[in-house]
Amino acid sequence: MTLHIPTTEAQACAIVKSVIGSGVPLSIGGGGTRAGLGRPTQTQSTLSSAGLTGITLYEPAEMVIAARAGTPLAEVERTLADRGQMLPFEPMDHRALLGTEGEPTIGAVAAGNISGPRRINAGAARDSLIGIRLVNGRGEAIKSGGRVMKNVTGLDLVKLVAGSYGTLGFLTEVTFRVLPKPERILTLVWRGLSDEGAVALLCTALGSPYEPFAAAHLPAGLGTEQPRTLLRLENFSDSIDYRSRELIALLAAHGAPDMIEGEASVELWRDVRDARVFAGTDEAVWRLSVAPTDGPKATAAIAARVPGARWFYDWGGGLVWLAVPAGADAAAGAIRAAIRPLGGHATLVRAPAAIRASVPVFEPLTEPLMRVTAGIKTSFDPAGIFEPGRMYAGV
Amino acid sequence: MSAIAFPLPDPGILARRDAIIAGLARLVPAEALITAEDERRPYETDALTAYRRLPLAVVLPSTTQEVAAVLKFCGEQGVPVVPRGAGTSLAGGAIPQEDAVVIGVSKMNRILSIDYANRTAKVQAGVTNLAVTGEVSAEGFFYAPDPSSQLACSIGGNIGMNSGGAHCLKYGVTTNNVLGVTMVLLDGSIVEVGGAHLDAAGYDILGLINGSEGQLGIITEATVRILRAAEGARPVLFGFPTSEQAGAAVAAIIGAGIIPVAMEFMDKPAIEICEAFAHAGYPMDVEALLIIEVEGSDTEMDAQLARIVAIAREHGVKTVKESKSAMEAAAIWKGRKSAFGATGRIADYICMDGTIPTGQLPYVLRRMAEIVKGYGLRVANVFHAGDGNLHPLILYNCNDPVEAQKAEDAGMDILKLCVEVGGCLTGEHGVGIEKRDLMTFQFNPEDLNQQMRVRAVFDQRWLLNPAKVFPLEGRVAA
Repeated sequence: MTLHIPTTEAQACAIVKSVIGSGVPLSIGGGGTRAGLGRPTQTQSTLSSAGLTGITLYEPAEMVIAARAGTPLAEVERTLADRGQMLPFEPMDHRALLGTEGEPTIGAVAAGNISGPRRINAGAARDSLIGIRLVNGRGEAIKSGGRVMKNVTGLDLVKLVAGSYGTLGFLTEVTFRVLPKPERILTLVWRGLSDEGAVALLCTALGSPYEPFAAAHLPAGLGTEQPRTLLRLENFSDSIDYRSRELIALLAAHGAPDMIEGEASVELWRDVRDARVFAGTDEAVWRLSVAPTDGPKATAAIAARVPGARWFYDWGGGLVWLAVPAGADAAAGAIRAAIRPLGGHATLVRAPAAIRASVPVFEPLTEPLMRVTAGIKTSFDPAGIFEPGRMYAGV
Repeated sequence: MSAIAFPLPDPGILARRDAIIAGLARLVPAEALITAEDERRPYETDALTAYRRLPLAVVLPSTTQEVAAVLKFCGEQGVPVVPRGAGTSLAGGAIPQEDAVVIGVSKMNRILSIDYANRTAKVQAGVTNLAVTGEVSAEGFFYAPDPSSQLACSIGGNIGMNSGGAHCLKYGVTTNNVLGVTMVLLDGSIVEVGGAHLDAAGYDILGLINGSEGQLGIITEATVRILRAAEGARPVLFGFPTSEQAGAAVAAIIGAGIIPVAMEFMDKPAIEICEAFAHAGYPMDVEALLIIEVEGSDTEMDAQLARIVAIAREHGVKTVKESKSAMEAAAIWKGRKSAFGATGRIADYICMDGTIPTGQLPYVLRRMAEIVKGYGLRVANVFHAGDGNLHPLILYNCNDPVEAQKAEDAGMDILKLCVEVGGCLTGEHGVGIEKRDLMTFQFNPEDLNQQMRVRAVFDQRWLLNPAKVFPLEGRVAA
């Protein structure tokens, strides 16, 4: 196992050029906390971003921050917090769920398009990712986007690279749009609702003028005996008073909620964001993305086919975190069959490597889209040296 | 003007024109095929009217299947295709060429379904931007991107150009508001990318399609996000003695953690032009005007405005004028949104579109004035101050070829300035033909080659909107 740790972009280019001829594929490593995402890859060498660290640009008044890819996410978030700002998309921390250790990096947030509960309102990581520098499979350093919000001139390669899990190249620097932290955060918690009732509540709230920034539902047995339905408001303090009052009135048919602020609220949303209720078990964990009102339909169909399935909802019902007995195939066939009539997709987030090698981890694509996907991979990485097969077999 | 080159028409295609038209006639109903010269004429340009090329034929399909049949045929015949929405591109994105078939989506103008619970609308590509909001406004919803041309421009064109608008400071541009598309590839295959759910699986092909300017395929349907409108919205006028003070106020507002839904800047020439047209009550004794819009309940708007006014006072604001009624609010926006049309009443103009880091605003304003003055011309500035998207309007007389050339040169200098200060060549109008030859100024060959290799995945032979975005020299096909 060879570990390459370039400290400059030029070194990274040289390393890539040196391996092109050998045909020896590379894994791409950052903090290693999300290494278990995707299909297992067979590589003897790792190209690490550990030597590329540091914030390279921060202009609070322009709401933009840039950092080298190996910069710890915590450092980025701390720097922003010092100026009252934050990443808009609340990136998930995979350590609890995947049982990993180490420091998550900002590069991996971009490479994995890692978002959290705030995604429903503020967009995904890729919506805030406005610029990248990347070493492609030819060993060329390329850039796309920039440091301004309207960043796209020509084709938007930034979007392609966000969520490509290292298969298109080695990120050396990423630039994100940031937002001011809200003055106050308040979480409303309703208890005792069914999945359908909860999603109806969340959809009503998200379709109201009161702008919830996060909307989740934890069924019974996940943390508490009673089901909990959560809405999070973020705003100026006076607005929170007003909007919570209006929302409670609008949703009165569902009962009266508790109000949580401060550390208790932060902790609750951290549990949702990081799917902590499924931490430390030997179940396989899936992430389903569907239209919000299809969330309960998907789980009902899955429950009928997969005994022992457990789940909770984020994104107003549109993101289903699902835990199932790992078995031989993590119930992949049953789960995908259940959501096929609804539209949407299922991603296997946690499972033993043998299962991730044998069932498609990402939703299988239609033939023309698979062709396009393979073509995009080749256009960045003609020799197939970056993370071969991590997303799809043969790509 | 003739500064921007077009590829020479392929004589082989021109010679086969009759056969090509006969082939198209077998694929679509007679009324969907336009071949007579006077009927093709309206399609010879878009809103970059200085450039015109009469297309070989125009096809206006009514269904995705018809688009697929036509595209497959053109692909097989090696005939270039220029996709067209409503033809409002200011960058020349929809200008055809003599050997190309225009495929227009204007007949595909139906709203297919609205899903309020999931906050999505499924529409055909030819639906106008404003029609989406019009369809859902009775329920209190809207479609967020709001380009000035929203009455005419189509959703398909918006996706092609990744259009923005005055309110994208808060709500994002097109790419942030599209969840899925139906697209026809050059080989005639129909693909569904994304849907009503978030974050489609695999590479973000949807993100790639947004802003791809018709080079990857033809979009026939889209699922877009609709949002619940705020309880109220109030635009307020802030007049400043200098542009620098207005720019500093914008930075201070954001620095204070306030993101208004819109922050629009106009300089004195723009104020005069728009006021003469819209009678919006703009102050005439200031050098710079900010239109800042806040949203929420009345109390919330009062509170937010109080904060903004306090900041503006610290930066020497001379006039603060709140809209007191819906009519006044509408007049304020009418003035801003008609800036281009109003300018057109007093002179010919080129509307530029570039983006800069907002911190560079005072410097860029000063340099732009110097650049334009250096050519002996005048400029009026309107732009989206919150995100640094500039729209300088360079005034000239289009009947004077020397002056026209000067205007174009001044525009190019301004775009280079945008890149020099860390911004980019485009904001929300795309590259089209207008900025095609400046791409090498923003990107090095490796950057451009990577983009072109991705393009080639969809169109190896450069048949889809081929004269756009990338310089004609040095094109890469794989």
